[in-house]
Amino acid sequence: MTQRDPSHGPARQDTEAVERERQSRDLHRLETGSGEDFPAGYRTASLDESTRPDPGAPAVSTAQRGVTGRKTSTGQARAVRQRRRTWANRFLGLLGILLFLGVWELLPLLGIVDGRFMPPASTAIMDLVEKFGDQIFWVAVWDTMRAWFIGMVISVVSAAVLGFIVGSSSFLRKFTNSTVEFLRPVPSVALIPLAVLIFGVGIESALLLIVYASFWQVFIQVLYGVADVDSVAMDSAKSYGLGPLNRIRYVIFPTALPYLMTGIRLAAAVALILAITAQLIIGTPGLGAEIARAQSGGAYVSMYSLVLATGLLGVVINMVMRAIERRILSWHTSVRSEVN
Amino acid sequence: MTTQEHNPVINQGSTVDTPDGLLPVGHTLPEGEALLSVRNLKKVYYTDGGDIEAVRNLTFDLPKGELTCLVGPSGSGKTTLLKAISGLLEPTAGEVKLAGKLVTDPPKSMAVVFQEYGRSLYPWMRVRENVELPLKVQRMDKARRDQLVDEALEAVGLDHVPRSYPWQLSGGMQQRVAIARAVAYQPEVLLMDEPFAAVDAQTRADLEDLVRSVWQKLGVTVLFVTHDIDESVYLGERVIILSSSPTVIQQDIKIDLPTERDQLTTRSSQRFSELRHHVYEQIQLAKEGFRPDAAKAQA
Repeated sequence: MTQRDPSHGPARQDTEAVERERQSRDLHRLETGSGEDFPAGYRTASLDESTRPDPGAPAVSTAQRGVTGRKTSTGQARAVRQRRRTWANRFLGLLGILLFLGVWELLPLLGIVDGRFMPPASTAIMDLVEKFGDQIFWVAVWDTMRAWFIGMVISVVSAAVLGFIVGSSSFLRKFTNSTVEFLRPVPSVALIPLAVLIFGVGIESALLLIVYASFWQVFIQVLYGVADVDSVAMDSAKSYGLGPLNRIRYVIFPTALPYLMTGIRLAAAVALILAITAQLIIGTPGLGAEIARAQSGGAYVSMYSLVLATGLLGVVINMVMRAIERRILSWHTSVRSEVN
Repeated sequence: MTTQEHNPVINQGSTVDTPDGLLPVGHTLPEGEALLSVRNLKKVYYTDGGDIEAVRNLTFDLPKGELTCLVGPSGSGKTTLLKAISGLLEPTAGEVKLAGKLVTDPPKSMAVVFQEYGRSLYPWMRVRENVELPLKVQRMDKARRDQLVDEALEAVGLDHVPRSYPWQLSGGMQQRVAIARAVAYQPEVLLMDEPFAAVDAQTRADLEDLVRSVWQKLGVTVLFVTHDIDESVYLGERVIILSSSPTVIQQDIKIDLPTERDQLTTRSSQRFSELRHHVYEQIQLAKEGFRPDAAKAQA
């Protein structure tokens, strides 16, 4: 029942086969691509590839990657290996800190640097411990953390909301892309003169710097998160009758959540830096202002202990953020292995 | 033709004058009798590299309660067709009607099971929550919801893992969760897009039997897309064979195997191998680029 054209030589058949192959590949790409809502090339259409958190990482959904692809070992052997590795890491980390403190301790003692301007580590640490009983110190910590917290709330809420809105619309993404890429690299500290002009030396100045710096961290991450929604996950939601609002709630938001959490963790660190900077330079009350006062008053030991305090604050913030992240993203690939 | 005396073809010679020329079409029913009706469906993807005509013309009807398999060579636009039927993709021309109503958005009484279970189930929800979600957004009351979810999980044999996350389960179990989600949704039409392509052979046999039993128990109309010839013959009451892309219907055949099927006896029966042989021949023709439209035009 085949009615083949006699002119079909083997060579002709070959090129036909190649052509069919190509067509079938094209079709497969179109079918498995994201359908009508997301035309081909969508992922790179508006977001500069080089600004992805990790440009080298494969362009698959972080939310889904572990489910389909990568192999993970399970069971007792892994648990033992993991524990052993954790302890080895901890030991190495501790050794690093001790080495650092040792060098710091020795530098002034050996007279390599002037002990007046750089007291030994032990002196600075003792001073910090003393400060723990000092009310003025805790007021400064409170002021710093308050500025940090208010700044974080403003930037995270505004960036998350705007990120979801802009990320959901390809028009808005293209419309805002150039502006974002222009404003994002402006260092927050360059806004100090502006902040002082508008708000004076109050907490508002510090907030302006904090919000400006941490906003972009969250905003960009949320944009990527919203763009990362899996086409099959979305098709499933549509075919099971989830309307636009339910799709945002049950599909887009959970997909973007790991990105949002990363953004918040990055923003938390940046916000602390900017809080201290504003206090140092503008003089809004807080640890930064205390450091500046200690330096100008010649209390160099106190200056060092305050610097240590800001470092500790950073460590605590990071630890808290990681704990929150682990709790919220217990289902996510990056966390799963640690939980089981 | 090897099986002349038991010729299974039900659309033999029925070329129809369609907007795309004289073409063979699938089995059609008189107006108002079909549950799902596909007419002159066409899909062209317009891309920068030129237009790609994935589906040229597809016409067929599904009566209520039938289990039909769609089989075609890879790249024959099977997924495109399924997306168009499920209302996820707008056809370039032609129409899909479900119980007489034109399909433009995903209809309420249709459920889809996708090949990529890992992407179609939500990793942030437990098994139970995944199955429950479509019912929850319908604002169904809690008691009814619980009952349906319990029944669906039991039907697929997963009532012991409701608190697990999908990614803690094997591939076959994950696909069973996806099937449970479809079952709990109580669709009239169940569309399955190569659902077992990514699971191992033994799991696959179990899942095939699961689909047959779900179909018999619920009386749902099933359209099962596959590229596996054996699977299509084993599962279907009817097999629609698609040509290579741009897709038209090559043949529409009836699978006259007994309703009660099992992997051993059915697959070793004489009739199974005859039908399998027939479908295999047709797929080979399609792969070689044989086009029923061109052949008819020449004849």
